[in-house]
Amino acid sequence: MKPAPFEYCRADTLDEALDLMAEFGSDAAVLAGGMSLGPMLNMRLARPAAIVDVNPVDDLSGIRLVDDALETGALCRQADALDSALVRDEVPLLSQALPFVGHFQTRNRGTLGGSVCHADPSAEIPLALATLGGDVILRQRGRTRAVAANSFFGGIFTTVREPDELVTALRWPRSKPWTGYAFDEIAQRHGDFAIGAAAAVATVAPDGNLAALSLGLGGIEDRPVLAGLAGFVGVPATARTASEAAALAAERADPMEDPRASAAYRHQLVRVLGARVLERAFERAGARQC
Amino acid sequence: MLRIEPGARHRVAVTVNGRRYSGFAEARTLLSDFLRHELKLFGTHVGCEHGVCGACTVTIDGRAVRSCLHFAVQADGAEIGTVEGLARDGVLTPLQEAFRRRHALQCGFCTPGILVSATQFLETNPDPTEDEVREMLSGHICRCTGYEGIVRAILDVAGNAP
Amino acid sequence: MTAGGRWVGAPVPRKEDEALVTGRARFIDDMEPVPGIRHAALLRSPHAHAEILSIDVSRAAAHPGVYGVLTGADIAAATRPIPSAVRVPIDYYPMAAGKVRYAGEPVALVAAEDRYVAEDALELIEVEYRPLPPVIDLKAAMNDASPLLHEAVGSNVAHHRTFRYGDPDKAFEEADRVVRLDWTFPRYSSTPVETYGAVAQFEPAPDRYTIWSNFQGPFILHALMCGALEVPGNRLRLITAPQSGGSFGIKQGIFPYLVLLAAASRLLGMPLKWIEDRLEHLVGSSSASNREDAVEAAFRDDGTLTGLRFFNTVDVGAYIRAPEPASVYRMHSASNGAYGVGNISVENRLVTTNRLPIGLNRGYGGPQFFFALERAMEAGARALGLDIAEIRRRNFIPKDAFPYRAPAGSLYDAGDYEAGLDKALDLADYASLRAERGRAREEGRLFGIGLATAVEPSGSNMAYVTLAQTPEERARAGGRSGGLGTCTISIDPSGSVTVKTVSTPAGQGHATVAAQIVADALGLTPDDIEVVTEVDTLTSAWSLASGNYANRFASVVIGAIGDAARRVADKVRAIAAEDLEVAMEDIELADGAARIVGVPEKSLPFRRVAAKTHWHPAGLPEGMAPGVFETAIVSPPELGPPDDRDRVASAVTFGFICDLAAVEIDPGTGKVDVRKYVSVHDVGNVLNPLIVEGQIVGGFAHGVGGALLEEMVYDADGNPLSGTLADYLCVTAPEMPRLIIGHVDTPSPHTALGSKGMGDGCSMLAPVAIANAVADALGREDIDPPLTLNKVWDLVADGGGAG
Repeated sequence: MKPAPFEYCRADTLDEALDLMAEFGSDAAVLAGGMSLGPMLNMRLARPAAIVDVNPVDDLSGIRLVDDALETGALCRQADALDSALVRDEVPLLSQALPFVGHFQTRNRGTLGGSVCHADPSAEIPLALATLGGDVILRQRGRTRAVAANSFFGGIFTTVREPDELVTALRWPRSKPWTGYAFDEIAQRHGDFAIGAAAAVATVAPDGNLAALSLGLGGIEDRPVLAGLAGFVGVPATARTASEAAALAAERADPMEDPRASAAYRHQLVRVLGARVLERAFERAGARQC
Repeated sequence: MLRIEPGARHRVAVTVNGRRYSGFAEARTLLSDFLRHELKLFGTHVGCEHGVCGACTVTIDGRAVRSCLHFAVQADGAEIGTVEGLARDGVLTPLQEAFRRRHALQCGFCTPGILVSATQFLETNPDPTEDEVREMLSGHICRCTGYEGIVRAILDVAGNAP
Repeated sequence: MTAGGRWVGAPVPRKEDEALVTGRARFIDDMEPVPGIRHAALLRSPHAHAEILSIDVSRAAAHPGVYGVLTGADIAAATRPIPSAVRVPIDYYPMAAGKVRYAGEPVALVAAEDRYVAEDALELIEVEYRPLPPVIDLKAAMNDASPLLHEAVGSNVAHHRTFRYGDPDKAFEEADRVVRLDWTFPRYSSTPVETYGAVAQFEPAPDRYTIWSNFQGPFILHALMCGALEVPGNRLRLITAPQSGGSFGIKQGIFPYLVLLAAASRLLGMPLKWIEDRLEHLVGSSSASNREDAVEAAFRDDGTLTGLRFFNTVDVGAYIRAPEPASVYRMHSASNGAYGVGNISVENRLVTTNRLPIGLNRGYGGPQFFFALERAMEAGARALGLDIAEIRRRNFIPKDAFPYRAPAGSLYDAGDYEAGLDKALDLADYASLRAERGRAREEGRLFGIGLATAVEPSGSNMAYVTLAQTPEERARAGGRSGGLGTCTISIDPSGSVTVKTVSTPAGQGHATVAAQIVADALGLTPDDIEVVTEVDTLTSAWSLASGNYANRFASVVIGAIGDAARRVADKVRAIAAEDLEVAMEDIELADGAARIVGVPEKSLPFRRVAAKTHWHPAGLPEGMAPGVFETAIVSPPELGPPDDRDRVASAVTFGFICDLAAVEIDPGTGKVDVRKYVSVHDVGNVLNPLIVEGQIVGGFAHGVGGALLEEMVYDADGNPLSGTLADYLCVTAPEMPRLIIGHVDTPSPHTALGSKGMGDGCSMLAPVAIANAVADALGREDIDPPLTLNKVWDLVADGGGAG
């Protein structure tokens, strides 16, 4: 179980990385933390001609506030984001999602950008980004663009990233007042990819009615999806609303079926997890008003 | 920029447990294989080569990571810590002692990775709860002990044993 | 109860540990025992069932760094098929020739300068297959219309025998109540963290092989390997690595690979090393059997169990690999479990399918057997309106009945099963648990309690597997009995002691326990004693039962250690007696000295007395042989041959286990939360409580895995779906329930120190105890492990609910 031969290319600067991406295009695989790429290389399921190691590129790391967003460099290690007070304060949903990501040892190396690029449909970081309406920042030689997370994922292990593009950062909308965040998932074991995951963002007006809400679902369909729950704006933020909203989300979901779980079970997880995270988000939104 | 052609052998210099080593690796050589078969440091074990079992865990620049998901050429210039570096001058660390006292190992094959992980974990979280210890251990598979002795040993060292 | 002695019975920390925690311990992949080793990799079949039309190895052979390529046809031409105890025409070679019968079966071998290059070359081998219809469904496989794995057998049912003890038909006719259960038992494996590994070297003139590996025994398989390689035993030298990274039975299944590597070493003319990778392990090593079993139990209204009928249908996989069909016979002669029932019938069918061949795995046949018996006891209790503890209490073999001859021949050595049950109920606070269940049900929650009991056979009779043959076939084959244990203790000219246990442990602490026993016998400390546990078939005192399986260390091997230690002690005492001018009876060995009982100042250092056997033979007592090199070989006298009514004493000791599980099920997600788990053990006298507890918790982890998580899944086409450790779900630390352990230990009269073997433990009972609790919570009996989220939720959604 050893990787097939490849050319190793170490980029020391962002420009070098972009030059290598331009040179190899789809023949290259970008090596960040290697937590997903590594196993695929070892099993020879991925056979790139070249590996572009971007780990030395300083421009790709860091956590910083940029306007109304928190920007995390693509190479930001999951462990660093988990430890970051800035992330905790500004993007509580990500802080809540990160403990579910892999394990202590994989978070030490695994990156936020790598998880988003890998686009596993049940991964937590893409779900958090999509639920918050964040952006993925992509660079190629001569061009930078921001793609909304909700249009970034194209299906299982598929994104709109061009072969010569590099994800350089993720932009996370900063937490808002009157707003609560909650994340939960069901997996057979701790640290496994979720069978189903749910993330909720709810803004509750002073009158106790919902001003906005968003429910993201992971592991249910082939990419993170947002349940259309606009109809619940103006409705009281109660446990009953949470379960009604989750039931509607379940009704509209079109779940996958695989050896771990049937579509019916995933429907059920949307109901259970959806209600759970919405209710928690409602409570937290309420708590943030005091 | 550094480019290494497929099949080319590249000199890799690393510091392992404070001692300088160098050897040759191909672009694709896993760090776990480099440590074991090139540097002959057999204390680090290989159990799955896809990042699940944790047996190959070493520290790179102070952080516990899977050496089977790391290429040797990436580690050029890095500070690596392995199980061989825990005890100094034949004196076991408190954690190693606790593993022995708590019967936290049976076959001992997974133990090097767990010791390396737990040592770094306790540096970042010196006073963990049992749940936190178990969460950290979820990145390792031990088939012998049922984890009970391992949890107790780590909590012993953290001073939190019941 | 602990065994007497200064060291035996004490929680002595392990001798093994220091090397293991510092990274100094050596495992097979650390070894380069001969120069010039090349590295082997295996091409494996992607098909479950296919004809091999052609193999073109020319591109692989020409690849730079490749030293040779072999196919199954090459191996078949150079070896003989590996037989089993089932006399059917199945030609089992370690590499497929002509036809592949499971996905993952080896079809070609590459030897190269390193593993990377070997794997590159595997991709250059071109195999043309003609796919055949896969045989995966166990029941359909028995159908006359099913495609066949082995055409010459004429059926996929490779073995079929029925046994009858007492008068089961009458018991069922007269029963007040009969319960019947049918279920599917999953295929799972203990997946040691260290995979298979071996180095094989062939040397000519005369042809001989040396193989270093992490093979665990039983060394009866050495004889089969010799047969396959066509060499006498003294030309197949098996050497085990100093340490083995876990086995749990699985590393028995390496032996065909040893034949393969030996033959390949000869054909290619170079020593070969092969380290199995994890993907290979999960599709190509070994596992326990999946089964489609049924049980019928006859009861009187008062709960007395009067009859049992077992219908066992075992998926052996693609070949019957020795020692199969032993998995279905290991528990056979204890088919009454812990109960006094005398009327039993057993029907065994072994069926070949396009899955990986099965073999030893922790509990070997026990998890499957006790699932039948203990589900039936619990279903019987519910059917009769009896308490689950009470129905067991009424049926236990009473404590004054030991030694107890079971209907199928086992001789149970000692026990107090009722006390064990009471201890479990006490530790679980059973009355409170029942009250909690009552409250939970009033609130509409799914809460259940399950019990299970087991006898734990230890120290196998090597003859039990011949139950697969009829009494007539056995008679023709010649007698078989026994299970030898061996130990050698030597003293070198410096007077220090070395013990060779030949027991190939994989974490069970044999070196520590052996040192404790010998330290007590010789008046030394465990630190004074070096213990070598590995086997070298050219230099060790070994026999066909040698190895590490069936809990044989504390039931058989310690007998040999004790015997050898006693002989050494007697010799040292005799020398000291003469030197101190007293009778031998007046000499005791203690505190590193041979001294006169009651006059401790009259003493000689142990080392000096012992060394005298080398330095001064003429000064020894008259007639005494010089040197100390004592080998003891024991075979427990209880282990006789099977009789003409298929009764056999299959093991030396029978421990007892009583487990209680309480679970709550989340109706929203199907998650089974093990709220309480108690396990009470009778291991006889405890030799080292640290190690005993470690074995119990470790076995529990395997049982929890089997109950809740672990399964080697194949799809309908025979593709393995559990081929990575992200898909095969080993238990990790957060999933482990807390285990409450208790002991009611009755010393065994069959062993030197009163101990019983005890390594299987909860691995045999956790699947059924948890299934019983889930059945109780859901109020239904159709419970098939593993009880994964989706499966349990389906049961809940299907209307399950205590009512």
